[in-house]
Amino acid sequence: MSTNNNEGIIILRDVHKWYGDFHVLRGVSFSMHTGEVLVICGPSGSGKSTCIRTINRLEDHQKGQIIVDGIELTNDLRNIEAIRRDVGMVFQQFNLFPHLTVLQNVSLAPFWVLKMKKSKAEEIALQLLERVGIPDQADKYPGQLSGGQQQRVAIARALAMSPKIMLFDEPTSALDPEMIKEVLDVMKELARSGMTMIVVTHEMGFAREVADRIIFFDYGQIVEENTPEDFFHNPQHERTKLFLSQILDY
Amino acid sequence: MDETRKRSHTYGDDELPPPIERIPVLRWLKENLFSSWFNAILTVVFTVFIVVLLLGLGKWALGARWEVIPANLKLLLVGTYPLEDIWRIWTTLYLISFLVGSAGGSRGGLMRQISMTIAIVSVVLAILPFGLMTRGWILGMGASTGIGFLLGHFGKRFRRYKHIEIGLWVLSLPVTIMLVNGISGLLPVVEGRNSWGLMLNIIGAIVGIALSFPIGILLALGRRSELPAIRLICTAYIEIIRGVPLITLLFMASIMLQLLLPSNVRPDLLIRAMMTITAFEAAYMAENVRGGLQAIPKGQYEAANAVGLNKLLTTTLIIMPQALRLVIPAIVGQFISLFMDTTLFGFIAILELLHISRSIMGNVQWRGTIFELYVFIGVVFWLACYSMSYISRRIEKSLGVGER
Repeated sequence: MSTNNNEGIIILRDVHKWYGDFHVLRGVSFSMHTGEVLVICGPSGSGKSTCIRTINRLEDHQKGQIIVDGIELTNDLRNIEAIRRDVGMVFQQFNLFPHLTVLQNVSLAPFWVLKMKKSKAEEIALQLLERVGIPDQADKYPGQLSGGQQQRVAIARALAMSPKIMLFDEPTSALDPEMIKEVLDVMKELARSGMTMIVVTHEMGFAREVADRIIFFDYGQIVEENTPEDFFHNPQHERTKLFLSQILDY
Repeated sequence: MDETRKRSHTYGDDELPPPIERIPVLRWLKENLFSSWFNAILTVVFTVFIVVLLLGLGKWALGARWEVIPANLKLLLVGTYPLEDIWRIWTTLYLISFLVGSAGGSRGGLMRQISMTIAIVSVVLAILPFGLMTRGWILGMGASTGIGFLLGHFGKRFRRYKHIEIGLWVLSLPVTIMLVNGISGLLPVVEGRNSWGLMLNIIGAIVGIALSFPIGILLALGRRSELPAIRLICTAYIEIIRGVPLITLLFMASIMLQLLLPSNVRPDLLIRAMMTITAFEAAYMAENVRGGLQAIPKGQYEAANAVGLNKLLTTTLIIMPQALRLVIPAIVGQFISLFMDTTLFGFIAILELLHISRSIMGNVQWRGTIFELYVFIGVVFWLACYSMSYISRRIEKSLGVGER
């Protein structure tokens, strides 16, 4: 595939980004290898969402280097399109296409981007809907589903492109409490199947159980990077300790 | 929302249906029309006013010279179109009613309703005292709708049928124009096409709608383009056109264009008028479509990008269908006003329905039939515009499925 795969499937080197004068990302560097599950947490506004959105270029970075699967992200459209085919993304607000049925939502990209036959694309879509546990909703429209079901459709839609990497941007933050579990269960199954995943989340239970590594973000920088074990029981930085005490006390 | 629960709700033991309020007629009258002295006086005064108005209208309507309408019907509908060529218009109508019938048979729903309406109307019209020949032509329209319907009903099982149907619809516009106008070499060209009555309004509106819609979409996209040159050109075009009344543009097209263009380039007056109305309506269409585009949340673009769709696919598959659905009422409103704007053609010597009626009013034989003719024109336009708005409501409803 690529020459520097041994270095990692995702590499960020000193990535900076500004929104106008506001310095959102202040020199973020990390790398991941295939099959790893990385959880990013931190207070809101700390730049964690922006950070994963630079990985499939929904946001551009102004300084530093991002290499995904051996391809460096630049303004070159072909590179961006190639990387987007390999990187799936799940959003906080689901962002399903409301005018298309669930089956069309999932089979759209394989049909139009991968130029699959329609029957083949729909077959794959149905398999994925089965995998996320909602094969019986295939002909409904997103507006007719619950939040948890919509988010699972969104996961199936991303998986339909057979991505090498999956990005989750606060996938459970917009859900009612009783629906969080069904989405986390799907993500857990995905992690066990060996998918490379970056998950921005506040679900500490999920982080503890599934993550290989946890990154703590504050003010656009990585404050702490640790294994779940050490992150929860032996945090190194005061900021991390404060965050954990605020989030875990309830 | 759980759709099935909403539809078939049954009340459990401890649940109660909502209370039903019954209001007697007298109480309704008292509460709404005679609640105070002032309201009572208003009610009485307006009732008297309306009754007087209706009596006057009824008296006039009974004594009016309605014979002016049937006597001039051919002139009103197709103007000076030569009688020996009138089969071309009927053929066009047959083609279209066949297509409508076929769509009704293969798709059902709204198209079925429209084909039923055509069939019923043609039977009803055939009962009216037209000439034998005309009755035959009218009945033929119902028949071609029926044939289309049957073909569509049985043809829909073939996979390609609906694709062929769409292709035929696209072809129908140029074919119609060629048939009605004639085409050099195949069908003799019909002369005097600037005085074809209602037919000009209809052709003008259909051409205007069919062309201004896609052009408007492109202008709207252009105005939101990331390329400054394209954005500037589209914005300038839209703002300039929207700043000038249509009638001014029509005068410019009819008179000024002659002065500006070289003398050997002389596009037909009717073509110039249709180009003008298209250019004019496209600017308004662009703003309507842009309104819809602005209502689409950013997340839709992001999701489309994230699954790897490029710009063209994102626009055509994700953004445009949602944007257009949002602005259907505005777009149909514009189609309706476009249809009515075709009466302005009369001011540049194109005798459409309104202005051909004025030539009838000027005829000594029909002196004093102004109101009869205006009522007729009003009814024709109302029927056409109301049908459009009815169809738009039906489309909105059928597209509303699964809306957020």
